[in-house]
Amino acid sequence: MKNHLVFEDNDPQSELSTLNLGPTHPATHGVFQNVLQLDGERIVSGVSTIGYIHRAFEKIAEHRPFYQITPLTDRLNYCSSPINNMGWHMTAEKLLGITTPKRVDYMRVIIMELARIADHIVCNGVLGVDTGAFTGFLYMMKYREHIYEIYEEICGSRLTTNIGRIGGFERNFNTIAFDKIRKFLNDFPSVLKEFEALFNRNRIFMDRTRDVAAVTAEQALSYSWSGPILRATGVDYDVRVMEPYSSYDEFDFEVPVGVNGDVYNRFLVRNEEMWQSMRLIEQALGKIEKESSEIFHADVPEFYLPPKEEVYNNMEALIYHFKIVMGEIDTPKTEVYHAVEGANGELGFYLVNDGGRSPYRLHFRRPSFINYQMYAPMSRGMLLSDAIINMSSLNIIAGELDA
Amino acid sequence: MGKISNEELLNSIKAKFESEVSNVTEPFGLLTFETSRDNIIDLLTFLKTDEKLQFIYLTDITAIHYPESDKQIGVIYHIHSLVNNVRVRIKVFLADGDVHLPTATGLWNGANWMERETYDFFGVVFDGHPDLRRILNVDDLTVFPMRKEYPLEDPNRVDKHDFFFGR
Repeated sequence: MKNHLVFEDNDPQSELSTLNLGPTHPATHGVFQNVLQLDGERIVSGVSTIGYIHRAFEKIAEHRPFYQITPLTDRLNYCSSPINNMGWHMTAEKLLGITTPKRVDYMRVIIMELARIADHIVCNGVLGVDTGAFTGFLYMMKYREHIYEIYEEICGSRLTTNIGRIGGFERNFNTIAFDKIRKFLNDFPSVLKEFEALFNRNRIFMDRTRDVAAVTAEQALSYSWSGPILRATGVDYDVRVMEPYSSYDEFDFEVPVGVNGDVYNRFLVRNEEMWQSMRLIEQALGKIEKESSEIFHADVPEFYLPPKEEVYNNMEALIYHFKIVMGEIDTPKTEVYHAVEGANGELGFYLVNDGGRSPYRLHFRRPSFINYQMYAPMSRGMLLSDAIINMSSLNIIAGELDA
Repeated sequence: MGKISNEELLNSIKAKFESEVSNVTEPFGLLTFETSRDNIIDLLTFLKTDEKLQFIYLTDITAIHYPESDKQIGVIYHIHSLVNNVRVRIKVFLADGDVHLPTATGLWNGANWMERETYDFFGVVFDGHPDLRRILNVDDLTVFPMRKEYPLEDPNRVDKHDFFFGR
């Protein structure tokens, strides 16, 4: 093998031992391989190998019309697919010059913040599991299930949601969806409080996480970190505030930051973000009530698929349907970069369009990919057990890592 | 939105790199320009270290392939000034057969994997990169799959050809 790893220290007399952590190790929660050299339990050096589930999304996207790219984005960070979907829709809308009605923006905020909560539930829950506390994970998992039920009510699917369309949503939120969202907002705070009570001042948890994998702001910025793990180092970079999209500028929320960027800080930042997300959803529900309840998409017939009844009975709708499905819509020849605050950080879409049926080039700026590259260098000198919880707290999602 | 306007930004870049900035555009308000291989690192260093500009955050490095043009491979940098909240997009075009570019890993540690990804998919060789190996594709791959000459699927298949609507 051309690129097979060869460590400099291959002396059999040496006391270092090599450990293959992954690709399918149960403690890594995903397909990651790290070849570590250990001195006892301390990591001397490590090399990460990634790409085990690379699916060539960027190449596929060059051969698909815009609306068929949404399902590809589902499979990036599959713990919070709706954020990816919305990010892609907003990129396409920016390119096509579509402005969405306020109600659509608020609906999107609700969905994206629910997705953020779902993502953080998994991450923080798993961090608990890795430090030896299963209870919190199981407690919180029930509420991720409730979030998935809300997705199901809105778009019909749960994990890979393909939620919404370019220009808005494929259908309006029904009353059951609103009831479920309200019920979630009502029930979840007490559980999150209990979860925090279980961990935040827990002696075992604090001993295991405090000052573990602490990262300075300079290091984090040099490695282009983004999202909760960057904010845990004290940098208040949040795309929702820096470049507000989907009317985030109308909302009142705080961006929590940590102090020293260790695993404990990341945990606290994520917990606080869940509280802030709930605030956002509550405000969005209030704002939605003031808008006309019939609007759920922008009035852009040339980009937004018409309802089926109209396609069968109305010539214009039939023409638009045909043109959209066959990808024969005119699109501007230009390039656009749009970023959203994904659950793991800045999720960017760089789209170069030549006016053809599909993008000329589409690049995903995937936060997991960029956040993960510090993992091997920062593991040096760390205990193996600390490296495991460090990986949990980075919340690397294999789908997003490998695209 | 940002604290410095694109015009101001462009002027301060042009003050130092007057002849090296070309094709300036502003798609959707994002200042975009091209520069040459010899200047890219100096330019990035200037943008990063200048006290007023402070483009300290490397958002992304990627590439694009235009098989029809003389300089086929374009490498695209997105950098972000978190202090001023301004982004800038810099492109360097390279002729096929001489796809070499100095590495930006000296400026940002995060450039490491981004450059490896760009190498993996487009074959851009970043000179001075500490560990330029393939990253997502298998090591044995001999081609650079995101270049346009490589089809998505087996080119001998005819059942998937769309003769009416193109690609």
